[in-house]
Order: sequence, then structure tokens, then C-alpha cells
Amino acid sequence: MQIRITLNGRKITEDVSPDLLLLDWVRAHGCYSVKRGCETSNCGLCTVFMEDKPVLSCSVLAVRADGKRIETLEGLRKEAEEFGAFIAGQGAEQCGFCNPGMIMNAIALFRENPEPSEEEIKEYLAGNLCRCSGYEGQLRGIQAFLAYKKGGGIQ
Amino acid sequence: MLRIKEYVKAESLAQAYELNQKRANRIIGGMLWMKMGTVNVHTAIDLSGLGLDGSEERKDEFVIGCMATLRQLETDERLAVLGSGILKESVKNIVGVQFRNLATVGGSLAGRFGFSDVLTAFLALDTEVELYKAGRIPLAKFAAEGAGSDILVRVFVKKDDRRCVYLSHRNTKTDFPVLTVALSSARSGIRVAAGARPQRAILVPADECLNKADAADIFEGRADKEALQAYAAQLAAKVPTGSNMRASAAYRSHLAEVLIRRGLTALNEQAAKERGKKDAD
Repeated sequence: MQIRITLNGRKITEDVSPDLLLLDWVRAHGCYSVKRGCETSNCGLCTVFMEDKPVLSCSVLAVRADGKRIETLEGLRKEAEEFGAFIAGQGAEQCGFCNPGMIMNAIALFRENPEPSEEEIKEYLAGNLCRCSGYEGQLRGIQAFLAYKKGGGIQ
Repeated sequence: MLRIKEYVKAESLAQAYELNQKRANRIIGGMLWMKMGTVNVHTAIDLSGLGLDGSEERKDEFVIGCMATLRQLETDERLAVLGSGILKESVKNIVGVQFRNLATVGGSLAGRFGFSDVLTAFLALDTEVELYKAGRIPLAKFAAEGAGSDILVRVFVKKDDRRCVYLSHRNTKTDFPVLTVALSSARSGIRVAAGARPQRAILVPADECLNKADAADIFEGRADKEALQAYAAQLAAKVPTGSNMRASAAYRSHLAEVLIRRGLTALNEQAAKERGKKDAD
């Protein structure tokens, strides 16, 4: 089947098999930040934006993304780096495997709700699993980032 | 692994229905559960091009398209008037936002999954589903009988005066529930739905437990603690439970009583609070 997807601003037209998953399609196009972590639609590592909404790319057929805009961490470098520094600043993660998915979903949260409460942060990011940490460092990093943003971006 | 030979984005419900008559063909909703098994699908039927992904408010009811996502149940503020915001409450523990941006209302109901928070919550509301051929039927009837090769097209929820409470017990956050309970209290009576028993959600025959006066007490916020406890025990005794890897039948039955009691208590308190406010005015 022929599909047309705009991946990180680049229009791509391609023939794909009907059961190809979007996850495998974006990786085939060099977006290696998108990871397969669980295979059970649970871990959030494969998070991408489809028409600005965070979705699990492991559970979307590439054919269903036909005509749509897909963004991965590779396409959000500036936003991701700015926020990612705060996660790194807390030494929040050990192996870092879950980081791209978490950053994607955190960016989705900030866009939807620029001043989330602690409870709202936890609720929004509940579908992003990390097996190294207890999420405390990430939470501190997010709160530090939000405080920095609120202060007009001055550390 | 999910294997799909062909994919058709249906151009009409008639076309989707015709394709769905073949056993090897399947309608894909959010595809989240379908993907978990070893499934060989000949033709995947996609309803996402039929404009069924929104919801509409009418004078006396809401109409929710089968392709609306669980996330929409949370973010569509109009839906918060239904049963004290029960729909939002019922989906918030389902995996994560990214999952709920994909999972569909139609898929959640049509699958008639044992673990379904969504089915449990909708049962506590005055809900009907529209099937393409069979037309509108009450959700409880649909939950018992299923769609067969028909297509669940829309969900209708009546606007009324009911207050609702949704409670679930999970071994860990975002996991499947061990037990789900949804209760509603209206002038017309009490309604209790229980799911993840682990079998699919049912409406508990509440009328046999609560006589009209008792239900009215809860609706008005005048029921006392002992009465609520006694009702909860009677209702819980009517929830058939079973065992699976998450919990035993005995544990679920215990949970049923606890959750129903908490639910009835919350409904009663909510009503008492509203009454207090009214009296103060």
C-alpha cells in the first residue's frame, strides 16, 4: 500500500505492507530514538507525535498514519535538549533507554498544560515506565524545568 | 503477532459491514488489544474515515462516535456533566495518555473485555449503543450478547440527574484492574455495575437489595452508616467473582463489598453536601 507521511517535516511517499507498525517505519527512516521497550503497549518508549498528539507508535499501523504528520525526538531537538538538560542535571536516569519516550511525552504535557501540578505531571507521565529509577529524579527535573520556564528561561 | 494481509479504509458503513461478514476480516479500533495476540487478519477494516471520531451534545443525550478515543472522554469538557464526571474518572488509570490517544470507545465496548473500565462506567449511566443493522439497544443487553458481525457505530448517553462514583482496585498503577465498580444514584434508583470480576462487567440486580425508600435516602443524602454497610454487603453478594493470576475469587468478593460500600458512602455524602448547600441558600 502506498502511504504519504510527513516525518519531522519531510514528506515521504512509500509502499509498505499493511501490517507494518509505525514504530518500525520511523526506525527504518533513521529515527532511532524511538524504542521498542515492551511489545505490550505499556512502556511509552515508542512515543511519537501523530498530528501533535502523543501516541504509542508500536500500536499504530503505518498505513493508518497515511496523510498525517509524525514527529519524533529527532524533529524536536531544540525543545528536547533544553528540557533534557534538566533531567540530566538531576542525574535522574541510569541507562537512559526510556529517556526519549519520556521527553516526548513530557513535551506533550508542557504544550497541553504549561503549568501542571505534581499530581498532573504524575498522571500524564504514568504511561512512561523507567526500570532503573523511582521517578523521583525525573519529577525533580521536570519541576526545575517548569520553574526555569516560569522565570522566563533564566537559570 | 498481528498479521494483516489487506487494509481497507472503509468509505461507508455498508462497505465495512459487508467486509465484516467474513470471519477472517476484522474491524480495527485502536488495535491495542488486538495486537497483543497471535492474530491473522485477512482484511483489516478501518472506520477512521467515516467521521465517527467526535461527540455531539443533543438536548437530552450525548452521542459519542465509535472512533472517539478514551482520551476524548477525559478532555471533552461537555462530557463532565454525565454522572459527576464518571467517564474521565474511569479511564484515567488506563496505561497512559499515549495509549488513551489511540484506544477507542467503540473498540473498548465492542470487545466486551473482562478488564474494561470503560464498559463498567458506561453501564452505570443510561447508555445505549447503535449497531449498524440492529439499531439502538441498551448497553447491558449488548454487553451480554455482543455485536456478532454487526458494527458498533455510536454510543448514546442520556443526560439525567444521576450522580456517579467510579472505583477500581489495581495491584499497581496503570495495570489491568482487579475489580471495577461504578455506581449511580438517581431519583429513579441505585444502579451498580461491577467488572473485572474477572469476567466482563454486569449490572448488579440492585432493585432486589434496595427498596425504593433506601435508594431515595441515598439520593437525598440521608442514609446512615449502618444502612450503607448493609446495602453494600447485600449488593456485593450478588457480584459473581472468579480467580485468575491477579487475584482470587474470595479476595475479589471482599473487594466488591469494600468498593461498593465506599461508592454508596460517597454518593450519600455528595448528596448531603448538595442538600446542605441548598439549605444554606
